[in-house]
Amino acid sequence: MKVELRDPNEIMKLSRLGSFHQSKLSFLRSFLNEFKEWEYKQDLFDLDEKGFGEAVYSFKKDKRVYSLVCFANKIKDEERSDRVIATKWDAAFTLHDGIPIKKDIERLKNEVPKQEVGRLSYKELTLSRANKSVRIYNHVIDSLSKGEQPDLNLLSKVGYLYRTTAVYGSGKFGLADRFRIKNREEINGPFRLEMMLVYLVRQFTFDQVNHVAYHKNPKKSVKLDQNICKNLGIGNSTGLGMAPFIVNHPTLLNNWILSRETALKKIREIKKVEKKDSELFIKCVKKSLTNITSWNTESDYQQQKISSLLNNIKKFLIYINKSFDFQIEYPFNKIYVWLEKNTCEECIEYIVSIMMEPYNEIIEPLVKKMSSDEEKYFNIPTNRKVEELRNIIEKKYPNILDINFQKKENNQNFWFISKNKEEPRLADRFEEHGSELEQPLAIARDIKKLHDKLLVSKNSLTIAEFLSANSDLRHVVRRAFIVEKFPYSEIQDNTIGKNLMPIDMLRLKLSFFGALKFDPRSDKWLRICMFQGAPLPHELKNYDEQWVYKNSF
Amino acid sequence: MKSLSEIETTAKRASKAAGYSWGVSEEIGKSIRLLELFSLPGIKYLNDYFNERKNNKFENLKLISEKNISAHYPFCPIILGVSFLDQVNKLEDIKNIEFKNVAYPLLLIPFLSRSSEIIGKKINVRLNENQIRLNLNVNISSDLINDEFPKNAANFVVNFFENKDNFTEEEWESLYKISEDTFVEESDSLKQAGAGAGLTDND
Repeated sequence: MKVELRDPNEIMKLSRLGSFHQSKLSFLRSFLNEFKEWEYKQDLFDLDEKGFGEAVYSFKKDKRVYSLVCFANKIKDEERSDRVIATKWDAAFTLHDGIPIKKDIERLKNEVPKQEVGRLSYKELTLSRANKSVRIYNHVIDSLSKGEQPDLNLLSKVGYLYRTTAVYGSGKFGLADRFRIKNREEINGPFRLEMMLVYLVRQFTFDQVNHVAYHKNPKKSVKLDQNICKNLGIGNSTGLGMAPFIVNHPTLLNNWILSRETALKKIREIKKVEKKDSELFIKCVKKSLTNITSWNTESDYQQQKISSLLNNIKKFLIYINKSFDFQIEYPFNKIYVWLEKNTCEECIEYIVSIMMEPYNEIIEPLVKKMSSDEEKYFNIPTNRKVEELRNIIEKKYPNILDINFQKKENNQNFWFISKNKEEPRLADRFEEHGSELEQPLAIARDIKKLHDKLLVSKNSLTIAEFLSANSDLRHVVRRAFIVEKFPYSEIQDNTIGKNLMPIDMLRLKLSFFGALKFDPRSDKWLRICMFQGAPLPHELKNYDEQWVYKNSF
Repeated sequence: MKSLSEIETTAKRASKAAGYSWGVSEEIGKSIRLLELFSLPGIKYLNDYFNERKNNKFENLKLISEKNISAHYPFCPIILGVSFLDQVNKLEDIKNIEFKNVAYPLLLIPFLSRSSEIIGKKINVRLNENQIRLNLNVNISSDLINDEFPKNAANFVVNFFENKDNFTEEEWESLYKISEDTFVEESDSLKQAGAGAGLTDND
């Protein structure tokens, strides 16, 4: 049986993309898989009794070494802010390419804590900062210093000791450009070094609380239980900075989604499912319920989604337990069709993710296809004709062509770069100034404008001739030729409409990172947790691949 | 040191601010990145050009022909570059393309370099008295590398190289003969056991 890939016009809608969940394809899981054989080491741990100072952690294999350099700083409570306008953080980090010498650490000590206003070098690969969850951090230190383990109930409400507020890579602030390292086999997957940074930061947070608790009470203190450590992750506060990325990297976006869609198609095409695979699938669905019931958020929007997800998963489990037989042919196809008919988008995508769990042989080759050499697709094929371009647009953007951008609500917002922080922002074009400096992120509107222009242009004109009179549409002409080859490269939705939920765009990207427990704090930013339940560095050589569904908080 | 990613982003944004469309600004970002990657002063010349644009006029050449002479003002190297890139499939049929009076000709070079890759042919540029060779966007060589690039090219001639060898047949034969010293003479039995042995080729 041949199953078609799902239609981009359904999958690339923001509500669907905003319902994606982590899976075996997610970058933090593929990072762990890639680096499980590497040698992990704490190379330096020079903190004072309050936990301020420097530390270095590394992963090493043969002659290659990646080192996380950490700087823990004293800041005042009133200086602690997750907002991008902050200028001080509890800790700052960089991933250094190789082993940093003393001179490197001195240089980095001056630059890394400054983050966006500091300067890194081609020897640094990623940059980040994090703030303590003060409530949890203080409670853990108090408990450990008294010789007690912390209150699991309290820990489960937050899930981490620190949360990062940005993780930068690929040439930002002087960091190494991607092209310098792109041929390294171990990082042949998106965001792998960003994932390494976050993973090592997690270990630093455990070592720091143990160290501070010990110095607070050397005689009585105990170390944080390894099982508790394992069930703590690293939080992250994410705002709109992430949203334009998925618009600005169309072939990369395509490769992420196409990998997911190809995985689903191949799983639906499995004629006979082995018992061990169906059992693993069901076990993961059941175990994953803890991730849903421990998913805390004050957001009404997310609470409704969680409640609907939980009800739908329960309904699905009843269906599986009562009336489903995995011995039939193409059982996963039947499950998928049932899901589409009977459950919400959040649930469909949740189960799709879990379907991948038994199938390393399908997933691992796809992981290797999730990067993109974007430069290869940048040039516009200008010898092609207007008629061809119009046909591409009509075929690839059918719903977008139906949007009426003359209506105020469809043209309500504009994206811009803020002057003070050089970060992307969204504003109401009818209430705020600056729409004349709009970023080219209103793809749907501009595609529609391009189509209107093509309708009144001669079919036989070459694209070169068309562009000489329509330079303002060049950016979308480029995109249309990209979407011709890469069906999942474009969000098939309006990114400037009144009803836009920007967090859907963030959620899409974060799900591919492998984030759990999306906690929207408004429609424009959210908190998440990464690596919660993941093996600790010393456990990497032999870890349970389904750790993500076995969080015991 | 600025990363190429920073260079591309800043050049793109500055170009938009200078009045180019987003699509053209994307092209400029890529081009300046390329110049800087090849250690050519892209940022410096883009800066100088944008500053000069504030007070002076430049001509936008949108349709390129064999001889291109500016009517009143120097040609804008960016619009000229984008036009060249877009029209290169047609232009390659013309052996020599001449431009008279091009402003900041260095800024035109990366567009020609990318064009060279698109058509799969090397391009030679005569910039006043100097030569620049664009090798399929893999590198840019020039006798101007250590000198200041001119701010204006009175004469700028583009010439496409046909894809042919860069050496004589005799030179090739001579080198090939040397390479034969790595071959081993096959014995008769090995010849008989080789691929296809024992079959007719008409089966």
